[in-house]
Amino acid sequence: MNFSYLLDPEHWDPDATGGFPQLLLAHLGYSALALLIGLVIALPVGLYIGHTGRGSFIAINAGNAGRALPTLGLLMLMVTLLGLGLLPVLIALTVLVVPPILTTTYAGMRALDHGVVDAAKGMGMRPWQVLTRVEFPMALPVIMSGIRSALLQVVATATVAAAVGLGGLGRLLIDGLSVNDYSRVLAGAIVVAVLAVALDLLLALTQRWIVSPGLSGRAVARTRRATTT
Amino acid sequence: MITFDDVVKVYPGGSTAVDHLSIELPTGKMTVLVGPSGCGKTTSLRMINRMVTPTSGRVLIDGQDVASQDEALLRRGIGYVIQHAGLFPHRTVLDNVATVPMLLGRTRREARKAALELLERVGLSEDFAKRYPAQLSGGQQQRVGVARALAADPPVMLMDEPFSAVDPVVREQLHREFLRLQQDLGKTIAMVTHDIDEAIKLGDMVAVFRQGGHLAQFGTPQQLLEEPADEFVAEFVGRDRGLRSLSFDTAAKVPVRPVAEAADLVLDDAGRPEGWRTVGGTTAATGGVFTVSDTLRLVTDLAISSPAGIAVRVGPDGKADGIVRHHDLVDYLAARREDRAAESRA
Amino acid sequence: MIQYLTNNSATVLAALQQHIMLALLPVLIGFAAALPIGYLGVRFPWLYHPLINTCGVLYSIPSLALFLFLPVILGTKVLSPVNIVVALSIYTVALLARTVADGLRSVDTTVTQAATAMGYRRTRLLLDVELPVAMPVILAGLRVATVSNISLVSVGTLIGVGGLGQLFTRGFQLFYMEPILIGIILSVLLAGLADLIIVLIQRAVTPWARFQRGGAA
Repeated sequence: MNFSYLLDPEHWDPDATGGFPQLLLAHLGYSALALLIGLVIALPVGLYIGHTGRGSFIAINAGNAGRALPTLGLLMLMVTLLGLGLLPVLIALTVLVVPPILTTTYAGMRALDHGVVDAAKGMGMRPWQVLTRVEFPMALPVIMSGIRSALLQVVATATVAAAVGLGGLGRLLIDGLSVNDYSRVLAGAIVVAVLAVALDLLLALTQRWIVSPGLSGRAVARTRRATTT
Repeated sequence: MITFDDVVKVYPGGSTAVDHLSIELPTGKMTVLVGPSGCGKTTSLRMINRMVTPTSGRVLIDGQDVASQDEALLRRGIGYVIQHAGLFPHRTVLDNVATVPMLLGRTRREARKAALELLERVGLSEDFAKRYPAQLSGGQQQRVGVARALAADPPVMLMDEPFSAVDPVVREQLHREFLRLQQDLGKTIAMVTHDIDEAIKLGDMVAVFRQGGHLAQFGTPQQLLEEPADEFVAEFVGRDRGLRSLSFDTAAKVPVRPVAEAADLVLDDAGRPEGWRTVGGTTAATGGVFTVSDTLRLVTDLAISSPAGIAVRVGPDGKADGIVRHHDLVDYLAARREDRAAESRA
Repeated sequence: MIQYLTNNSATVLAALQQHIMLALLPVLIGFAAALPIGYLGVRFPWLYHPLINTCGVLYSIPSLALFLFLPVILGTKVLSPVNIVVALSIYTVALLARTVADGLRSVDTTVTQAATAMGYRRTRLLLDVELPVAMPVILAGLRVATVSNISLVSVGTLIGVGGLGQLFTRGFQLFYMEPILIGIILSVLLAGLADLIIVLIQRAVTPWARFQRGGAA
């Protein structure tokens, strides 16, 4: 094993088919698409269940069930059922994205300070306003943690999806293994790992940006620093 | 006796929590440290069992410097009760109470037996022994906290706002029970509170602290009410301190007039007060009577509130044996005040 | 499906056995390592943030990448089961070290202060009070780690060792659904069973937690 594949400038050429830039783009594309579809499904359902308390059983257990489901098995099952192509893989990826978002959205909504929600109603907010202006922003830190784990899940699974024919960075690993080109395998492993870590970091920063400082504890920390010095 | 010998505590940030404190907490008595938040009362308390180390000065228990003793062993010999009881959530009530005896090396069996007796002592039946703290109300948890602190029969107890997390009704009840317990046990107790009424009610001695860790005054509750050392203490002790201080004296010396002088007082055949005759010819309730062992405060209250402006005294048999008119009472209180002033000058 | 099972019972059983080994060994190793590491993160507060950040980074590395990364570091063969055990142990530690630290930190300070004031020394305080009180949180983390380990093992089949994952690849290569379904069902059942066992252990060792409001019981 060595770094020759990773360091070869040819593999970094944006126009080269099978080069890092194109694989990376494809990888991000599948992941983003699945995440988006998952969000569109899980977020409203989670908010609804959290807001009304109806169907909480599903929301609580979705997370556990999602974790227990073997990703590779799901991918292969979908492809066996529906044939090769993007659709079965996308379905499998989406199935994996939904549970963590659903569960954390619900959990975030349930963990809200009841007094604050009561106060919002007492001030005359309509249910929709309570949801969008009070409950959602307050539940956001927890929901973001669910989105982060969903993203990690989807990036990892998209890698594995190369085994069922999907493009993306997983190709380097799977193809490298099949032809015993370990330099390529190592390059793929490194790029995938860096991508996952970078994306997680990016979402962590996004979270800092969109979550109210009053909730994240940063404002409190700031005041504390200011008063002690 | 717990002695603070010129104790200073300065925190790393530079704020002074305790400023040259020298007091002695008498053996077998309850001393209450009271003051606004940030006055150093809790810091002082926690220096007794070395949870806080003084910057300078010494804390001694019965003449022995606490700094010279092993921390853990010292603490095992000092009971400690805190605001939310701090019970171990993973142990039953019984095992919570048995904690210190077990630490001291007694067998589980012995410790549990002693714990069971203590539970009863703080008013919890045997049924509670097997429960977990989460299954108890706040007041019950606090009782377990007291029992746990007493378990190893320590001569010294420290209490940090032990009653402030429970509602007023339960607090009142816990106060009563605790005073009774202390009457039996005679522990040397240091207690912290921010509630001056609680301090005056429970303390044999009260130390009033002010911001910055200064001791503003140290004395009996009565001294605090009647001779506040300065404006701060007077303000802290409250506006109606004059009235409250009347709680410390009995009605024994209040001069009374003959019952016959109260024309509107209705007595039954045995001579017991029944009520007050009103203009309309009906009888209004007496509103209460007093005996020689009641407090001056009660007498004052009766004299002000009764329709005739008269407080009625009864003997042990319940028969009216004297009356006090409110202007007589005012004269008496004024004279009493003069006497006291003369006493303190002498 | 029954047909497939009866015809291939030996293969399926062997795959299941391997799956259990590959999933649970890392749980034990990871748990044992996470306890002292998590404790250090509490004992030395400056260590806490570096610790959870490192755990976060490790946990975010995709499993297939980590499986293939380890041979470089460990000098093992690419197709060695050791890679899978080590990788899953790393995930377990990454998850549990943080849980242990958070669990210990979540112990009510009034409880630890009361214990200190009663004369507990540090080691005994940890063993008798802090660890037991943190146990519901720690065991909740253990459940997550165990369940996700069980589902991750099958990815190992892509590098030759994957317990029930072998059923997936076999079915995929033959375009035959039955082994894949059997693999998924067994894997999920195994995860559920392991989860249940931990819940039962939790009930047994933390009977008090059931009464906590919002407690993990």
